[in-house]
Amino acid sequence: MAFLQQFALLLALLIVFSTSCKAAALEVDTVEVGHNYSSKSTATEDTSTSTNNSTDGQAPSSITTLPIVIWKWHHVETPYLVALWILTCWLCKLVCELNHNATSVIPESGLLIILGFILGGIVWGADKAQTFKLIPVNFFYYLLPQIVLDASYCMPNKLFFSNLGAILIHAVIGTCWNAGTVGVALWACYEGGAMGTLNIGPLQFLLFGALMSAVDPVAVIGVFEEVHVNEVLYILVFGESLLNDGVTVVLYNVFDAFVSLGGPKINAAEIIKGIVSFFVVSFGGSFLGVVFAVLISMLTRITKNVQVIEAGFIIVLGYLSYLTAEMLSLSAILSITFCGVCCQKYINANMDEKSVITLRYTLKMMANGSETMIFVFLGVSAIDKNIWVWNTGFILLTLFFVVVFRFMVKHATPSGQGGGGNNTTGITMKPLVQWLKVKKATQSDLTLNGKMNNRAFEHILTAMEDICGRMGDNWWTRHWKHFDDKYVCWLLMKSDAREHNDPIFGAFHKLNLEDASKYITEGERKGSLAFIRNYDSASVDFKKKLALEYADIMPNIMADMSEYDFGIDNVPVTSVMKNTIPSVSLDIHEQDRKSMPNDLSAHHILDQHLYKSRRDNRATYSRSHYNTSENPDEMQEIFQRTMRSRLDSFKSAKMGVNPAKKLSKHPKKDSTHKPNGKPADPHRTHPYGDEDFEFSADSASSSEIAGHFPRRSTNAPGAGVDNPAFIPEMDTSPPMRNPPWQTETANNTAVAPSQRAQGRLPWTPTNLRHLAPLRMSTHSTDSLALADASVDDEAPEEKPGTHHTKL
Amino acid sequence: MGSTSSTLLKIPNVEVLMQETGFSPAHIIRLHDRFKALDKEGRGHLCPQDFGAIKELAMNPIGDRIIGAFFSPGKETVDFHTFVKILILAHFRPVDKNRPKEPNSPEPINSRSNKLKFAFQLYDQDQDGKISRDELLKVLQAMLGMQVTEEQLESIADRTIQEADLDRDDAISFEEFRKSLEKVNIDHKMSIRFLR
Repeated sequence: MAFLQQFALLLALLIVFSTSCKAAALEVDTVEVGHNYSSKSTATEDTSTSTNNSTDGQAPSSITTLPIVIWKWHHVETPYLVALWILTCWLCKLVCELNHNATSVIPESGLLIILGFILGGIVWGADKAQTFKLIPVNFFYYLLPQIVLDASYCMPNKLFFSNLGAILIHAVIGTCWNAGTVGVALWACYEGGAMGTLNIGPLQFLLFGALMSAVDPVAVIGVFEEVHVNEVLYILVFGESLLNDGVTVVLYNVFDAFVSLGGPKINAAEIIKGIVSFFVVSFGGSFLGVVFAVLISMLTRITKNVQVIEAGFIIVLGYLSYLTAEMLSLSAILSITFCGVCCQKYINANMDEKSVITLRYTLKMMANGSETMIFVFLGVSAIDKNIWVWNTGFILLTLFFVVVFRFMVKHATPSGQGGGGNNTTGITMKPLVQWLKVKKATQSDLTLNGKMNNRAFEHILTAMEDICGRMGDNWWTRHWKHFDDKYVCWLLMKSDAREHNDPIFGAFHKLNLEDASKYITEGERKGSLAFIRNYDSASVDFKKKLALEYADIMPNIMADMSEYDFGIDNVPVTSVMKNTIPSVSLDIHEQDRKSMPNDLSAHHILDQHLYKSRRDNRATYSRSHYNTSENPDEMQEIFQRTMRSRLDSFKSAKMGVNPAKKLSKHPKKDSTHKPNGKPADPHRTHPYGDEDFEFSADSASSSEIAGHFPRRSTNAPGAGVDNPAFIPEMDTSPPMRNPPWQTETANNTAVAPSQRAQGRLPWTPTNLRHLAPLRMSTHSTDSLALADASVDDEAPEEKPGTHHTKL
Repeated sequence: MGSTSSTLLKIPNVEVLMQETGFSPAHIIRLHDRFKALDKEGRGHLCPQDFGAIKELAMNPIGDRIIGAFFSPGKETVDFHTFVKILILAHFRPVDKNRPKEPNSPEPINSRSNKLKFAFQLYDQDQDGKISRDELLKVLQAMLGMQVTEEQLESIADRTIQEADLDRDDAISFEEFRKSLEKVNIDHKMSIRFLR
């Protein structure tokens, strides 16, 4: 090895040496200055080096001896420059991120533009011409598509479609209004002489208006994220910015064509064609996007064996949808938007979780990277004398009119849209938004009462919504859902993906994965040889082990143990299911050991630990951060507690009656089939233990039960969401003397844990009780735990996740 | 969905209902459909199991209390009228700001103070007109995550009562409750948009 290193060092020295020699020996080719320049400048270093090189491919006669090393700049020029510029832009972003005091005044996009100015100035200073411009081809084909794809893939669909009407109105009518009015107003001012002499006619003004009316998604969202507006406003502006491309493209093309045609040739026929072209372009583009979405979804059904590149398919096909629309002169942005929006649900269901995560991160990275580059290049391109025809009047008036007409749109619609604009007005947006007192989604300085009650009201509202059935469920939503469940999912989703469409089941599923991995550790710790441990994965073939047949219900039970660190309860099976509970407990302990009841800590606790309501969970999408929209841990916790409290009240009402007996009324019970045997003690009151036995036994014998859980599409439209855990056939036998309220706990508890049992196959009598209280929030003084006192002796160690210092 | 009038006729006393609540026929029909869907056994009234079957309610920290609020003490079933009235009594309908203020008309059901009363009753389980410290503690326990210790809960409960309790009786009466929530925009919080 040492020899190799020395050799490498020598080689490096040689290269450097010969390069410098060669460079000195080469002639400078002054004619080709523009193309052969290379300059690298970074904001931090602020140096620019430019070297001129002639091409290597000149007549062989110029070489007199065999060159050991050749300066091959020409070969790598283009990719090298591209890579250098990408690196530069991203370094600029780094610089912006490091200076948070600046970002609080000017949004990051603005800062990037300013840095672009500086860079452009440097290049211009060196070259006297702007050699690095943002040309439309690059922008539209290489920089924009990934931004739109990312935006549409992460779009909150429910919100988007429920506000689609408002969004469309803004997109279509708002844009046309803006284009028209800005154009006309500017033209009027021009006629009135406010701008001096420019050689343009009304059509050009209209064209310019069309250009100005484009609300740029990139800038607006960038600002909105920093200002945290409420979600309806967010989705309106976001949706509008995506959809108005359809309008803008048409308007622009139409006016452009009109400008070329010249004024006199415009008659009614042309105008009608213009209107028709609008419909064709926008609907055609959308339809093409949907076609590609269908293609993608169907493709992901069969990519199980190439999970490594599964995510790549979506990116490539998305890009193709963009290009195809462009080829057919339809709206490319609309195409890629609808592609992303429509395929979300199905590919998330079909693809493996790791692929989903990969896809999300990849898209975010590409989108953010592109965005950065766009802003920097905007700045760079602006420093160019060729496009600078500064007309103060024009610019000021434009700004003024854009703001005014946007303002009017805001007041005409109840939703409240703050000043829109493209990049140049992005900076004015922030104070505008604040000035217009857009309803911010921030929590103001509330009292403790206020905070608590706020949250309580949200919970109440959510509950009422749930009772009423889904909010805003109109005819369309219900029928679409029905259609979707019946036909579309059949076509586009894998069969086992269809069955796991349930968030609770999903949460249980993840829970089961955790249990399974813990079980594996347990087993290994006890020295069982039942687990085949490879180098980096312990695959437990549960099916073989327990000879059970319901393979469908236990997806992914092969826990990947590769990163499993023995002894640490950190299950990396899915990254979504982050076990945050241990770390938060630590935090609390550190912080509040004094137990001084001061206001600050109470507020802090409320802020941190109040369960989020569904409304809170909505507004967490972000362009620059990868968020999970729901916290399955919390959901899980709440669910467990509710079930636990229902069970408590049930048990306290039915003291003395053995719940196991009650459960034995289960019609499908097969008393002969009891693998591993039930414990002889019939008074075991541990609910989960008993029911697990019950149902594991039963489900082994009857996979029909298994089939019940995923069956959700049997609900009638408008019925809201059925509780999949609620098996109607369950014999609700408890005598009526009990408040009916409490009898249903039997059904629910009987059923709920069995969902766990379905996935949680590998039990033995001893291990079961150990595993069972895993996710339960154990109040140590509650009746169940008391009954389990004997059980808990077996399992002395408590997992950190369930360790509570309460009572 | 069938013609509006025929469906409406099937619902008993629908005119009275519409008048009291101000719902339009379409809304009543939608709620009736929902009621029928929840009432799986077709008995014409709902019992707690039916509410329990709504799985989202199990994910709600105070879901069980809200279910309890539908059933007046002693009753075990909810018929359609009560169902709708509680939805209104729970005042999940935006307050009509433009309604002329007639001095003799009863306060509209979905007024701010009635909404507050509903919330108050959720906390005050024993219906004595005051939220005692224990009751508050229970609510906090339900709404806060498991990581919060008992001492912290108690301290929060104490501070909360301190904030709102003006007559120093260590409990929050309805008046005090109302005062403490002056600044909170209830109407926005407790209104379901589609029921407008």
